[in-house]
Amino acid sequence: MRIFDPHIHMTSRTTDDYEAMYTAGVRAVVEPAFWLGQPRTSPDTFVDYFDSLLGWEPYRASQFGIRHHCTIALNPKEAGDPRCRPVLDLVPRYLAKDGVVAVGEVGYDSMTPEEDEAFAAQLEMARNADLPVLVHTPHRDKAAGTRRSLDVVRESGLPPERVLIDHLNETTVAMVKESGCWMGFSVYPDTKMDEDRMVRILKEYGTERMLVNSAADWGRSDPLKTRRVGEAMLAAGFTDVDVETVLWDNPVAFYAQSGRLDLAEAEPAACYAGNTIERGG
Amino acid sequence: MTHVDQTLDRERSLDGALDGALDERGRRWLAQALERIREREEAVLELFPVAGRACGRGPMPGAPGVTVDQAVRERLLTALSSRGAELGELLWRVYRYGDAAERIAVLRALGRLDADGALGEHGLRIVRDAIRTNDARMIEAAVGPYGARRLPDAEYRQAVLKCVFVGVPLSAVAGLEQRADRELARMLADYAHERTVAGRDVPADVRPLIRRHPDVTEGRRLPEGWL
Repeated sequence: MRIFDPHIHMTSRTTDDYEAMYTAGVRAVVEPAFWLGQPRTSPDTFVDYFDSLLGWEPYRASQFGIRHHCTIALNPKEAGDPRCRPVLDLVPRYLAKDGVVAVGEVGYDSMTPEEDEAFAAQLEMARNADLPVLVHTPHRDKAAGTRRSLDVVRESGLPPERVLIDHLNETTVAMVKESGCWMGFSVYPDTKMDEDRMVRILKEYGTERMLVNSAADWGRSDPLKTRRVGEAMLAAGFTDVDVETVLWDNPVAFYAQSGRLDLAEAEPAACYAGNTIERGG
Repeated sequence: MTHVDQTLDRERSLDGALDGALDERGRRWLAQALERIREREEAVLELFPVAGRACGRGPMPGAPGVTVDQAVRERLLTALSSRGAELGELLWRVYRYGDAAERIAVLRALGRLDADGALGEHGLRIVRDAIRTNDARMIEAAVGPYGARRLPDAEYRQAVLKCVFVGVPLSAVAGLEQRADRELARMLADYAHERTVAGRDVPADVRPLIRRHPDVTEGRRLPEGWL
């Protein structure tokens, strides 16, 4: 089973996770820029974070045979903090980088006017950089937040096939399918979606434009949930081709719209001392 | 001819190979990019991240370990007309805001940018930043001819030791012939001792540097048959 995890925060994971992911079939990931649990208080810490998503993390991933790309944005949870707003001025500089395959995560957390502004501004940046967009939908008041996100996307004039709406569930999938945007599902141990509910949604709505991710981060999460969904799909009668469509072809098709997806083998030259991250002394 | 000169020669010959490595579109992009930089130096900040997409990232024919985007970026930097502190400041900005590939290209270009002393010590900030990372590719690029020429002794020795720790082969370190001194041999002998006592391997490439100063091995345990 070949797996592309289209949404995972590897910054928070260990090398054991990289090893287990490779063993499970994961060969490529996209790490969206998001928050880190602890609120940041200045744009400078975002600069270091973005640099890490473009430098250290892909380097670490490559040593375990996994291709790493990222998305860049000021995330909705911090977009409302005036101390973080200047990050918006830095984002276009990062959108020019080779490893960046979309603008994201953008969208809503509490649906405030500040979030509205950051969301719209970054959709405009996506247009200027010719990049697709990854939209986070809120945990609280999810259906209303998803509907409002679709309205903002429509007003932006971006083609729906350039937009992925993420963290969907039974209550939000239909409206996104109808919009023409791509549909993302985060499968978690005890919140968002689980693998059996995911299979039921795939049965009802089909595999077209459907993406499944682990969204694994620093919270309770599991980087192998993509694999578990693949297994649940096979157990429920889906074919290998269906699994490949959801776990590989769809994320590749979505992010390839950036023109920057590079799925060549992780370069063995980057690894000097076996599969270890040396600590440097 | 010294090792440093040989490395610089190799860098200069990259330009010749570059024309053959680019297709028509890449050649046109590069010509326009060079023109823009000559008109306004700061244009390099916008052109640098685009180089790989415009010209490709494949291997450079005849230059093992060098990629096309890297050679293109080096060529862009040679179009800068500033010197000294001003050049150092602009290079710092290109490096500071660059991704890993961009940073490596800046590091690799430092030697030729300082070939006639045009950069002076103003590129050291970049080299020091790279040596502080834990990315072997970055560290390897930082110990080229510029670092070999400009790093003070203590920092040069620390850089060599860091290469040993992160697994950068010492054949990649410029200037060892001239700069490997007794103190470096002492540090490497201590390192070899520590590893041997712990029952671990010692990379073979540190041995010749230790052997130049046999007295530093006194009282130290080294791998079987090393002396």
